[in-house]
Amino acid sequence: MRTAVITFPASNCDRDAAVALRKVTGIKPVMVWHRDTELPKDIEFVIIPGGFSYGDYLRCGAMASRSPIVADLVKKAKKGLAIAGFCNGFQVLTEAGLLPGALMRNKGLKFVCRPEKLEIINNTSRYTAKYNDQSEVVYPVAHHDGNYYADKETLNKIEGQGQVIFRYKDNPNGSVNDIAGICNEGGNVFGMMPHPERAIDPMHGGTDGIKLFKSIIESI
Amino acid sequence: MSKKVKITPEVVAEHGLSEEEYEVIQDRLGREPNINELGIFSVMWSEHCSYKSSRRHLSKFLTKGDRVIQGPGENAGVIDIDDGDAIIFKMESHNHPSYIEPYQGAATGVGGIMRDVFTMGARPIALMNALRFGEHSHWKTKQLVNGVVAGIGGYGNCVGVPTVGGETNFHKGYNGNILVNAMCVGLARTDKVFYSAAKGVGNPIFYVGSKTGRDGIHGATMASAEFDDNSEEKRPTVQVGDPFTEKLLIEACLELMETDAIIAIQDMGAAGLTSSSIEMADKGGVGVLINLDDVPQREEGMTPYEMMLSESQERMLMVIKPGKEKLAYEIFEKWELDVALIGKTTDTGRLVLKHKKKKVCDIPIAPLADDAPNLNRPYKVPKPLPIINSSDIHETQDYNDALLRIMGSPDICSKRWIWEQYDRHVMTDTLDSSQSGGDAAIIRIHNKNKAVAITTDCTPRYVQADPYQGGKQCVAETWRNLTCVGADPIAITDCLNFGNPEREDIMGQFVGAIEGMNEACRAFDYPVVSGNVSLYNETNGVAIPPTPAVGGVGLIPDLEYFSSISGAKEGDTLIMIGETNGWLGSSIYLREILRREEGAPPPVDLDVEKINGDYIRKLIRNKRVNAVHDCSDGGMAIAACELALTNNIGVHLQRSSGCPLHAWLFGEDQARYLISVEKNSVNPILTTAEDRGVKAYIVGKVGGMNIKAEGAFDLPISTVREKHENFLPELMS
Repeated sequence: MRTAVITFPASNCDRDAAVALRKVTGIKPVMVWHRDTELPKDIEFVIIPGGFSYGDYLRCGAMASRSPIVADLVKKAKKGLAIAGFCNGFQVLTEAGLLPGALMRNKGLKFVCRPEKLEIINNTSRYTAKYNDQSEVVYPVAHHDGNYYADKETLNKIEGQGQVIFRYKDNPNGSVNDIAGICNEGGNVFGMMPHPERAIDPMHGGTDGIKLFKSIIESI
Repeated sequence: MSKKVKITPEVVAEHGLSEEEYEVIQDRLGREPNINELGIFSVMWSEHCSYKSSRRHLSKFLTKGDRVIQGPGENAGVIDIDDGDAIIFKMESHNHPSYIEPYQGAATGVGGIMRDVFTMGARPIALMNALRFGEHSHWKTKQLVNGVVAGIGGYGNCVGVPTVGGETNFHKGYNGNILVNAMCVGLARTDKVFYSAAKGVGNPIFYVGSKTGRDGIHGATMASAEFDDNSEEKRPTVQVGDPFTEKLLIEACLELMETDAIIAIQDMGAAGLTSSSIEMADKGGVGVLINLDDVPQREEGMTPYEMMLSESQERMLMVIKPGKEKLAYEIFEKWELDVALIGKTTDTGRLVLKHKKKKVCDIPIAPLADDAPNLNRPYKVPKPLPIINSSDIHETQDYNDALLRIMGSPDICSKRWIWEQYDRHVMTDTLDSSQSGGDAAIIRIHNKNKAVAITTDCTPRYVQADPYQGGKQCVAETWRNLTCVGADPIAITDCLNFGNPEREDIMGQFVGAIEGMNEACRAFDYPVVSGNVSLYNETNGVAIPPTPAVGGVGLIPDLEYFSSISGAKEGDTLIMIGETNGWLGSSIYLREILRREEGAPPPVDLDVEKINGDYIRKLIRNKRVNAVHDCSDGGMAIAACELALTNNIGVHLQRSSGCPLHAWLFGEDQARYLISVEKNSVNPILTTAEDRGVKAYIVGKVGGMNIKAEGAFDLPISTVREKHENFLPELMS
């Protein structure tokens, strides 16, 4: 299966995302440059990686969300393309309007990097189906602006429709309802602040991330 | 400043040049310099750039070895780690700017050291930092810690290079001068290492990266003088960093390096365009012509003087092969970086600057580099402090309290508050970092079954008490730390932070420490491949404790065989490799419990270090140990506590020697390793140790949930952990 990773100026987890995709699919993903106006043909899963696209200037993810390639992603997401954003990628997806809510500065005002225990709220989603025997995972977080916020109405909606996929057990950033990861109504677009791609090798201290990639790949 | 400035003795003095130095300049030029030329000489001959006080002493260092590809003299040192892979690394100080403007000072320190590494063709794979702050209770400390840590994180996190380890000390000796030493380690191919020698005449010189502004003018000169009460007025000479541009520069340079377009490359660090152009020309034996009108400028109306002395960050200079200009433009434009053709190499051997069609500088390059002052400053190595017998040191009446006080003291406490602000995992090759509380960070070589181990170390109180022993100890401890994870130690970088070299005793500390360091380097075949010197760390005549920070790098050739502080299991036996005589002079126990800062530091026997370390590495390769931890600050008791905290399992120490109990527990004898081993490994380990002449003793066992020592302390892990974890968050809240 063909997959892709988008690189913006100062994306810095693009290689890590590519390593994870290759590990799970056996095939190198296509690295797509932010200025490209269209995804290559036959891409079935896209990752928007972590990092500091455009230096986090203006607002995290804001400038990247206006790039030519994201315009194409928005179009294709509506047709059902599977897209996941981790960390900065999640910020880009909310800025692009593909996911509801926004990510603000951490409540503690500091960058926080630590392994984080997450509760799987919905293990029937396309991104978590493989976790059927598991209710918790540990993925590292590493961010300065991961404080998820959405208004009440939106929250009620995403909570009610099973769009909240992960919650923090020990909230590191002040996110409302301890929300760590969500998907869109269609279930094809997913974003989370933690880094599943940093938990795919026993030497990382855990391999909980692998099933997330397997889940989405096998759902296609 | 216009070029019409008259060169008076005052102007010369303001530029930090002595009368004799000014005479040499006039002699070499055969005339008076203009203001631009004076500015250029002044930065090139500043302590920071010319190493005029330290050069003759640094030349004594062991700098060669089987694995050394490039020693000191380039942007960074290069070592061979087999299979065509090279590690490029260096540590550098950014002390003066960080004290004045902690966030930007520390951030640009990280940026600068990364540029030194990727300039040579390496992708940065790890960052480390060695920090020294003033007393924790000093009014300025909290603000400085906050700013420095945020600055290091803000830069490294954005660029996407993991910050994986380091050390942080607090002492009143740094109240007026903090130390921020940053280290970067990069990975390159041995056949793709880039140098700064600008060979060939008529080759185009490209400027790439951020525009030049008025920031950082005379930063190098600032770093070459003492502070006084008005030093904060120097804030405008601190540079401002932009990690976003740095990240683009890394990617663009590495992409261009994949082609064969680059002849020479140099980053613009201290003394900016001046030192980069002069170093490139000097090493290549050519002259340089630069048209300053073509330099990308951030502000209007910049003078040649300002442009040449600006220390604006994230700028590179490169000499490109004729015919490859288009390729270079394409790559830099892809990465949206400013790029400009600003000059060419010439056969004149001179640095010629043009501005608005006028020649504003014309000086021979050789004297700038070769005639830089090389001073032989008078020095007197201070006598070591007298030895204190451990039996003359008061035994604590409350061991529980003593243990908790040490574990919760500023130097020993958990630094989680700091390292949680650093991305330690990006690039996903971090196998061990600050997170474990272990001795060295372990970074896997991408897609390979091998790793590098990295550590930084220095024990300033030892160097203060005896520069020579202290110097040996800094090097030995890094060697030991690398050994603890099973790495073969290869080489070091150093950051020599001292006070005012014009004082005999300070110069004596410097010379004594180098002698000790060099002796250790030679004993371990562990050369110095890069580094820097930071002098004048003084405020109102008070110098910092001498702090020669050492960064060590080693190779774990096969990931099947490495070790760390993690892995101790219930039922394991604790063995101490190395002799415990209970040396309490200059120890943490003496300082934290008895409030005494005195006594000769523990002597370092390099032969014993060598055989003990070699044995530890052998045990790790034979998979004989579950966990290994270096025994250093705070002695065996603290090493055992750290092991217990990391593994979340109790330890029970039982005295193995006849020295007084408090000395046995807290003595800081060198060359020791605490290892946790399976029961059935105990006898083979003790027997083999004896055969090799290595001292080894059973000192306790692992199990339960308490940290205890027979007749001394007995505390639940949770109590110790609380004390250990709470100090910094409480200080910083």
